[in-house]
This record gives sequence, structure tokens and C-alpha cells, in this order.
Amino acid sequence: MLLIRCPYCEEERPELEFRNAGEAHIARSGNIAGESDDDFEKFFFIRSNPKGIIYERWRHIHGCARFFNAVRDTVTDKFVMTYKAGEPKPSKLPKNGNEGVAK
Amino acid sequence: MAKAAAKTAAATSPSAERRPALAGRSTSATGVKVEVLAPAERMSLRAPEASLAALSKALGVTLPKQPKTSATKGGRTAMWLGPDEWLVIDEAGNDPLADCAGVSALHSAVGISHRNIGISVVGPAAAAAINSGCPQDLSLDAFPVGAASRTILGKVEIVLLRTAQDAFRVECWRSFSDYVFTFLSEGARDAAG
Amino acid sequence: MSGAFRIPAAGRLKQAKTARFSFDGQSYTGIEGDTLASALLANGVHLVGRSFKYHRPRGILSAGAEEPNALVQIVRDDARKTPNVRATVQELYDGLAANSQNRWPSLSFDVGAVNDLASPMFSAGFYYKTFMWPKAAWKSLYEPKIREAAGLGVSPDRPDPDHYSSRYAHCDVLVLGGGAAGIAAALAAAETGVRVILADEQAEFGGSLRFESGARIDGQDGFAWAQGAVAKLAAMDNVRVLPRTTAFGYYAQNFVGLVERVSDHLKAPGHDLPRERLWQVRAKRVVLASGAIERHMVFANNDRPGVMLAGAARTFLNHYGVAVGRNVGVYTANDSAYAAAIDLKKAGVNVAAIVDLRDNPTGPVIDEARALGIEINFGRAVIRAGGKLRVSSMTVQPKNGGGERTIPVDAILMSAGWTPSVHLFSQSRGKVAFNDETKRFVPGTYAQDCVSVGACNGTDGLSGTVDEAYAAGAKAAKDAGAKAGKGSKPKVDASESWSRGMLGAAPGAGPDTTVKAFVDFQNDVTAKDIRQAVHEGMRSIEHVKRFTTNGMATDQGKTSNMHGLAIAAETLGKPIPEVGLTTFRAPYTPVTFGSIVSHARGPLFDPTRKTAIHPWAERQGAVFEDVGQWKRAWYFPKGGEDMHAAVDRECVGVRTNAGLFDASTLGKIEVVGPDAAKFMELLYTNPWEKLEPGRCRYGIMLREDGFIYDDGVVGRLAPDRFHVTTTTGGAPRVMNHMEDYLQTEFPHLNVWLTSITEQWAVIAVQGPKSRDIIAPLVEGIDMSDEALPHMSVREGKICGVPTRLFRMSFTGERGFEVNVPADYGQAVWEALWAEGQKHGAVAYGTEAMHVLRAEKGYIIVGQDTDGTVTPNDAGLDWAVGKKKTDFVGIRGMMRPDLVAKGRKQLVGLKTKDPKVVLEEGAQIVEDPRQPIPMKMIGHVTSSYWSQNCGRSIALALVAGGRDRMGDTLYVPMPDGVIEVEVTGMVFFDETGGRLNG
Repeated sequence: MLLIRCPYCEEERPELEFRNAGEAHIARSGNIAGESDDDFEKFFFIRSNPKGIIYERWRHIHGCARFFNAVRDTVTDKFVMTYKAGEPKPSKLPKNGNEGVAK
Repeated sequence: MAKAAAKTAAATSPSAERRPALAGRSTSATGVKVEVLAPAERMSLRAPEASLAALSKALGVTLPKQPKTSATKGGRTAMWLGPDEWLVIDEAGNDPLADCAGVSALHSAVGISHRNIGISVVGPAAAAAINSGCPQDLSLDAFPVGAASRTILGKVEIVLLRTAQDAFRVECWRSFSDYVFTFLSEGARDAAG
Repeated sequence: MSGAFRIPAAGRLKQAKTARFSFDGQSYTGIEGDTLASALLANGVHLVGRSFKYHRPRGILSAGAEEPNALVQIVRDDARKTPNVRATVQELYDGLAANSQNRWPSLSFDVGAVNDLASPMFSAGFYYKTFMWPKAAWKSLYEPKIREAAGLGVSPDRPDPDHYSSRYAHCDVLVLGGGAAGIAAALAAAETGVRVILADEQAEFGGSLRFESGARIDGQDGFAWAQGAVAKLAAMDNVRVLPRTTAFGYYAQNFVGLVERVSDHLKAPGHDLPRERLWQVRAKRVVLASGAIERHMVFANNDRPGVMLAGAARTFLNHYGVAVGRNVGVYTANDSAYAAAIDLKKAGVNVAAIVDLRDNPTGPVIDEARALGIEINFGRAVIRAGGKLRVSSMTVQPKNGGGERTIPVDAILMSAGWTPSVHLFSQSRGKVAFNDETKRFVPGTYAQDCVSVGACNGTDGLSGTVDEAYAAGAKAAKDAGAKAGKGSKPKVDASESWSRGMLGAAPGAGPDTTVKAFVDFQNDVTAKDIRQAVHEGMRSIEHVKRFTTNGMATDQGKTSNMHGLAIAAETLGKPIPEVGLTTFRAPYTPVTFGSIVSHARGPLFDPTRKTAIHPWAERQGAVFEDVGQWKRAWYFPKGGEDMHAAVDRECVGVRTNAGLFDASTLGKIEVVGPDAAKFMELLYTNPWEKLEPGRCRYGIMLREDGFIYDDGVVGRLAPDRFHVTTTTGGAPRVMNHMEDYLQTEFPHLNVWLTSITEQWAVIAVQGPKSRDIIAPLVEGIDMSDEALPHMSVREGKICGVPTRLFRMSFTGERGFEVNVPADYGQAVWEALWAEGQKHGAVAYGTEAMHVLRAEKGYIIVGQDTDGTVTPNDAGLDWAVGKKKTDFVGIRGMMRPDLVAKGRKQLVGLKTKDPKVVLEEGAQIVEDPRQPIPMKMIGHVTSSYWSQNCGRSIALALVAGGRDRMGDTLYVPMPDGVIEVEVTGMVFFDETGGRLNG
């Protein structure tokens, strides 16, 4: 069972309290009804599924109930960092895994 | 704010009998007692930071802003559950919903007195009994007196509040209370052994 | 007397405390503290089992968890028959009953042993090669027969009466292994005050100090020191000491699974104790002190009962006071077996000879053995063991060939050296490194916050082990945040030291031979099998393993892996590290399902959710059905009614007078805030801004893909407050879906969601007389049609308690849903029931509810929809706000496939024969005479007998269904084709007049 740092609870909590919610940083268009088929396909169906660093959403569903973002390495299954929903995709990652955002 | 709904004002016509789930159930093992608590007034409070001062004033208890903490005053406890979410429990018979009704600052107050059941787990082996199904670190360093958190017990969600060094309050939804009570009873039996 | 082979002066057990036990029906006496193995050996019993494949007689190889041979069945009673228990681990209790396994009719005469004679047939890969043809025979003949022949022991066929418990625990330093290394590390860590857990699989701590008669620490015998140190640790508040506890799995982020065997060693465990306790420990630092496992020598007939590991023989003597024979031979390739010979000799056992493969080794143990007058043969090999049910001799030959000499013995003690136990380290994803000099795999690169100490780290000697472990324990505590400790390091006064040894087959079992020199005892894999696997093309050790099954038995190759690897490497002509080591996986030793399942059985298998009204329904004799975790009243049979009759009566009763229905399980969410209506606009297809407070609307929720996700009636209580209902099963996911959009896509909206599913008990009162039943109990609400029209909601009181009273209908009748705080649910129900009795009301269950709603063509999401149905498909276009520019699913609904012609649409079906009720899920075709496979154009989603309609009714998803009104379609069934007519979805009161009737 993994330990996941919740950026809202500001501590590591057991994985049982969390639920994965798919890839992060896929924004829903403000004019979704006007989107082309291609754009909607990219938004709704296409996911990156990388080997290595993945940006994904998690929800601390049985904790503070917040959705947040995480950077995880799919090879080692280690969390590199977590950050709050709405914060930009980090441009630089910390060297050691399982850290929160720098204060 | 809209008029809050679930007020339990005195009845004027034939009053329906209140039948709380698991009323009076308790079990004891060496070093730990598990007991269903009496009904209490409960409110789920949601609000942005800017409203907290007004709400705290109305409630008579300062809403805590730190994760995993709670504040208690005059039989009323406010637990931080999330960055904009508090569980308020009043055991003194006062209705926190009524107290918030006059607050104009942005918030959502919803009555959940009947949604939850409170179960107390008390005794030197209380933490061990809860750790039979709760994966959090319940040492006094990690989960001190007053700490409160939504978490997991076995297969269901609970809210856990440490009321004293060897005492916890476990809150769960009504229909899960039988499961939670049974789980805690088994945990208590094992923690005693 | 507790056995003829007990040496009263030796061992640590108290002779007076005897325990009776039986093995294969024969009674014996042992001593408290014995294992089953030591007790059997004390009684001269070596033959304890038959091997898996060849049914060869087998004895006791080891004195610990690595045991591959001595697997027995422990029988407490009919329900407690545990197979495959290692006799070397099972502690003796008075009355213990054990049976041997895998033999028939008896252990000493086993018919299956014919496999041994036929063994040339059963060579490596036998099953793969033999049972390939004919293909059909695999399922009908080969597999059943193989399954019958396979397996050791018999599973109990009754429910397990024991209970199992679990505990999550957190600590700063977790020490795994309680030998000298583990104890030293735990002491160092504990002295700093941090939280320490020390676990060991044995009943008593001490590890190899159990047999190392030469060890002295802090002025005491090593084992006595261990007991004192552990007692000191156990008395500390910050330390938890767990004996009989095996760390079976090392998972991510220092999460370690341990199983504590709580009561398997007790005569009468009592009901309060669990059989086992699962510990799930999260540690900041882990110290691995798992020791080393001795390897056997690989020579012909090395599996004969009486042939055992030298260290095991020493344990049996020095700890249990048992001589494993009266005239023993020793076969070794390192020093450690000398100590066994010396201890046995001193205890009065004759040591016939020591056979040492090495040419001219020197050292104190060799000198001591010689001084005791033991015959020592250097540069020689034991090329075979004699005897069958018990070893009777060993045949010795110079290792490079020459004259043979047979020495009579009743036991052979062997040692090929010690293999560091890197299992847990490897499970932690650490990478092992091969030390070419010592021929050992030792921890190399670490992947987690752990450290290996002592023998499992390849550290030799007690002094070095204690130094290393104590320092590592202190450092682990410091790394976990401790201040410096204030204890002192244990001082090693005397110790034994040995290293080296050999890997692979010994002379006499080399490539030019076909002898049965066992590498893996439990799976009957010989040196020859491994060579053959390489000859047949296996190159990777992973392939060799799977082809030969070496290391794949329940002991997971603890004694065999290194030998197998060395033989494969030698045959391949490659160095060992190039051939590679197989991966170690959890569990380290077998783990019971009981401990994994733990509390999650019986009532705790899954929560059983009951409504506040459940007790009333139970008293009425309701039959319940499971809906998710909920128990819902299915129907209420009266006076011997069957389900059909009860449902017919309930359905007619509702439409004639009225019915009461417990709808408490419906999901309910309170949506509160100034932007509540805006949020509802985005989450539901319907328009909400203009819904007046006090009014309700049927809402449809889509996923972004445009398919129906959930539905329910929503009441607007105030401009900023909605009471949303969801399906029973959909409640949690709808809440998650709404929170997801609110938090991540529409965080600018000032609105909050609260689950109120369990706050309110819901009593549906439906039928022409529903208002008459409710009205007398209600105060503060005008119940007239003008004030409270269909699809409206009011807050007020009923029976003196608060209510949210919905005027709504899922039956097509005039109807209400009375929400009251849950604790009042039962009393309000009883009051309504009493009132209802005056009007001929019935209680109805979920089955009648289903029928009634189907009569009106109301869909059930998840039954009439399946995640690929759009609002248009379901005939619900009217519920989609045409002027809306955004809601979840608006774009998905426009996808080409979702607007294409010929989509499956929800329609009604009437069977031509009104008495025939279709099967739900039945397929629909246009032409029943077309060749198979027929083209299926849809399926039945709901189907019932409708007493109100006097005929069967059904809903179905049919391709282009709405263009087929009046068409005849066909439902082919095994016993004939059923003709149906496509109709509209409303079967009863098509004009809807009864809603206000």
C-alpha cells in the first residue's frame, strides 16, 4: 500500500483513503459544444499512458475529499510530488520522490 | 442563506418516536469499551476562508484551519474535514444549524444529525482496537488529543476524533453503523488479547 | 520418558513437562517446547512423508521454516485439518494429532511409489511433453487425472471455525529476524526511545544461537543472552516484540506484511484468541536480520530419511535435547558441520566419519574433531546413501574417483554452506550482487529505506554481526529522527565462525551420471533434471525453473535455488551471475487465506446496509433482495402467497387504493449556494434556472461521452438550495462525479454538495388515496392540488417531526414521497401505515415498484440503460434543454455515432400471446428463419407480468425502434420463437390522468 502526500492535508496518508482519477491537465473547453470532432476526441479519448513520469489526478476521497494532482513514475510506482488542483503543471521536478510542493 | 431544513423543534401534534440505530449498544473487552453514543445535533458546514470569522462567532467555537484538527467549546466540536469543510457536533442539545441561519457570509449548512451515528471507543487499547481496520498512525505524536480526520475502517468511511489520550469518537453513516460497531467490537476483542 | 533419542543432559526443554501426541494414529510423548519434528525424532521417527512426484519416503531435513520434506496434516477436529504444515515449525501441544500426506495406503507402503520406478518417464518437462495430444484429452482426461494425483494433504471441507484478526501498526524501526543481529539492532534502536517492532518467526528469539553452543555474549551463553535481551525489549513502552511472526511480504514504502501465529501452538486456544493476526506495518526504517539457510549436499539418494542438514541436527541436540541418530555420518564442504559432529560426539553419539570434500582444510573445529577421535576423510565424497525408509549407510569415494567404501550410519548430517536469506531484501526491489569469492548473492543496491545486517548481509562471525547490527540499529533510529541512545553494545566473548562451502552437484552426481541427487526435495527435482532442461534449450534460469519446477514448491526453493542455479550455470558454461537469480516473491512462507481475509468474513465481509424502516418490513415478513449493499424489501407475502401472487396483489392495491414503499435507499444530495442553479445547469441536461422554489423536475445526468449516467427527481427548496435524488446504486458515483466537476472544472461556482442519503428516511405513498392517508398527519402544508401540484415540494411537519414532502410519482398514480429525519422513519411509517389501513393501503416492495413503473414506461438507469444509451435513445429528448450551451455530455451527444440513424431505441414490446412473459436479456431478431448466427437487432431490458394490464409487458432496446411501431419482431428462445409487437412504452393510463386522479 502506497503512502500519498495530500497537498491539502499536508501529510502522507495511506493509499486506502485515495482514489485515482485519471490523467491530469486535460482541461475541458469553455466552449465544448463548439469543439471539432478531432478536438473532442483528443480531450475525451486520448491519454498519454507514458512509461515513466505521469501527471495524474487523485482524490483524497476518504480524507479531505479534495481532488489534487500528482506526479508519479509508472516504472518505480513512486510519487515524485503532489500539488493542488488548479496549480500549473510543475516545470521542474524535485530529485527525490514523494515530496510535496516547495513552500 | 436559505432556510436550513432539518430542525427538530418541539412537536405540537402527535410526535413520532425517535428510534436511533443501535441505541444503547455497547461491548467491553479488557482495556477497551465500545459504546454507541446518544443522538447529537450535527451539521455539515462548508465555507470559504472569508466566512470563517462570522461563522465561528455565530457557532461560539473557532473553526479550525489546520488539517486533522478540531476545536471544542461548550459541548460543541468543530472538526476540520477538508479545506472548506467542517463537521460540527453539538452534544449540549443546541442546534448549530439554527445558529448559522442568521449568518449572511457565504456558506452551506446542511443538517445531518440523523445521517451519522457516534460510537465511542475508550480505554488503553482503544487505538489498537481502531487500528484493526484503520490504516492511520494513531500514536499520540501523529494523532494527538483533538485530532480529527475522515478515514477508513475496514471497508467503510468513518470520521475519527481523539477526545482524550485513550478515547476516540467514531462517526459513521447510519446504515454502516452495524458494520462499524461489529468491526470495532472484534477489534476490541483482539486488542485486549 | 519423552522418546528414546532424548538426551536428558542436552537441550533446554524441561523434561517434566510432557505432551502426548499422535502421528498417523500412533501415540508418542514429547515435551512442551518441542516442535512436532523434534518430538518425532526424539521417538526415533524419521519417516514422515512421501514426496510429491515420485512418492519417495522422506524425513526431516531442517529445523526451521525452510523445511521442504516434513509436511504433515494437523487435525484438531473435522473443520480444522491444516495440510502442508511443516513439522519443524509446528509447536507441540498436548493432544496434537498429525498425519502424513501423499501416501496410500500407508506411509511405509505407498502404491504411488511406483512413480519412483517409472521415473525415467517423469523427467523434466514431462507434463509439457506428454499431455499435448490429442488436444481434447487435456480437458476430459489428463487434467482431471493430474489434478487427482497432485497436491499434498487434504483441504478441510467445512467452514473455518477459527477467527483471524488484523492490525495496522506504525513504527520508526522494524527489525525482521530475532537472532543475534536482530536483537542487537533492536536494542540499539530501542535505546534511543523510538518506536521499534522486533519480529521473529520462531517461538523463541535467538535464531542460530539456538544451536551455536560456542557463542557467548555479555558473559552468558548466547541463547540465554538473547532471552534476557528480548525480555528487556519487551518491557520497554516503545518496543513491540512479536514472536511466532513471519514477515511474508515487503511492499512499497516500507510497508511490510507479517503474520503472527497466535494460537496454533495451544492445546485449547479458546474463542477469544484469533488463530492468526495479520500485521500491516509501516516503518520509517527496516532492519533486515533474516539470517542464512544451510544448503544440503547434492548426492545420490540424499533424500533418504535420516539425511539432514548439520545445523538442524545441532538444533535438535542443543535446543531440544534430541539425538538424530546413534551412529551418524557427516558430509560437508565447509567447517560448520564439524561443530555438529563435535556436539553430538560430546553428547555420546557415535560419529562414524566426517567426509569433507575439501582437500586439506585446517582450523580449530577440525583440530577439535580430531582430538575427540572422530575419523575425518578429506578430499572425499559421499556418492550415495543406502537404505530406503531410513538411511542405513553412506558410500564414500575419493572425489576424483577410486575405490568405494560403505560406512553403516543411521543419519547423515550434511552442509554445503549457508545461503544468505535475501528474500525480503529482494522483495523490497533491492538488487542482489554476486560475491564471486564467497559464491553468495548478497544485498547490492537498495531500493527502500532498509538495511541488511548479519548473515543475510553475508557478514561472517558473531562479533562482526553484532557490531554491524548494533550500528545499523542506531543509525536506523537516527535516520527515523531519534536522538542518540544511551545503551551499550553487547559484547561478544566467544563465537563460532564459518563460511564458504560449495554450490551445485557433488562428485558422484555430476554430468556423467543419472543418479537421483535431489536439488529440490519438495518438487522432486534432481541435478540431472536441471542439466536436461539446459540440454533441451532452456537458457535463462527463469526458464529452467519453470521447466523443471525447481524452487516452485511451497518452500520456494529456500534450500535448492543456489544449487539449481550453479548446476545450470555449469551446464551452460557460464558464470553464475550471467545466468541470473530467479525473483523472490511474497509470501516468504505460505500464508493462510484466513489471515489475509482477516475480519472481512461473515457480517464483516461487506457492510449490510438497512434502512430505518427495515425492522418494520422484517416484522411484516417481507422477503428482501440485495441492491448493492442495501437490503430492500422485495415483496410482502401474505398468507402463503408466492412471489407472483404477492406482487400482483401489491400492484393492484397501489392502483386501487394506495401503497407504502420504503424509498430510503435513494441517493440524496443537498446542493447549496448562490450558484446552485448554475451548477445544476452544468451537471444535468435539463434547465434549472427557471425552476421555481417549491417545484421539482426529473433530471438526467450524462457523462461527458453523452450517455445517461443517472437520473432522479430534483426539488428546489430555495433559490440557493436543491434536494437532488439519485438512483440507489448510483449515489456514491454521482456524488464523486459532481464533486469532480465542481472542484476541477467549475471551481469558480459558489456551491457545495452534501450527501443526505442517510439523513432522510423516505416513505413513498402512492395511489388514488395517498393524499387521504397523508393529510391528517401533516401540519403546515396545504395538500390541495392547487397548492401542492404534481412535481412540487414543501417543508413542514408530519407526525410532529420535520418533513420534506415531495408530490411526485414513480407509479403514475397520485403520489408523495415523505422525507423525515431517519431516526423518525419507522415511527412515521407506522403512523402512515395505520392511517393507510383505513383506506385499504398495501405495503409494496421493489418488485411491485419495478412493475408499476414499467407499466408507465419509466426507465431504470442501469436496467433499461447500459452506459451506451443517450437521452434520445431512451425517448427522453424532452428532458434535454434545447437552448443550453453547456452541460456535461452536450458535446458527447453530438458525436457522429450518437446521432446516426438506426441506433437502438427504447420501445415497448407486447407478446402476441399476452400470457407469455419475455426473459430480460433475451435477444430480438427480425426474421426467425434466417440462418444461425442470426442478426440480433436488440434485447429485452425489462419484462414483467402486469396484473393491472392483464398481460405481460416489456421494454426493449431495438435498432431504429421508434420507426418500427406496430411491427412484429421475434424473440428466439431455446424452446421456441416468441412473436412480439413493437409498441410505445406506456402500457397503463396513457394520458397520465391518474397523476392527479
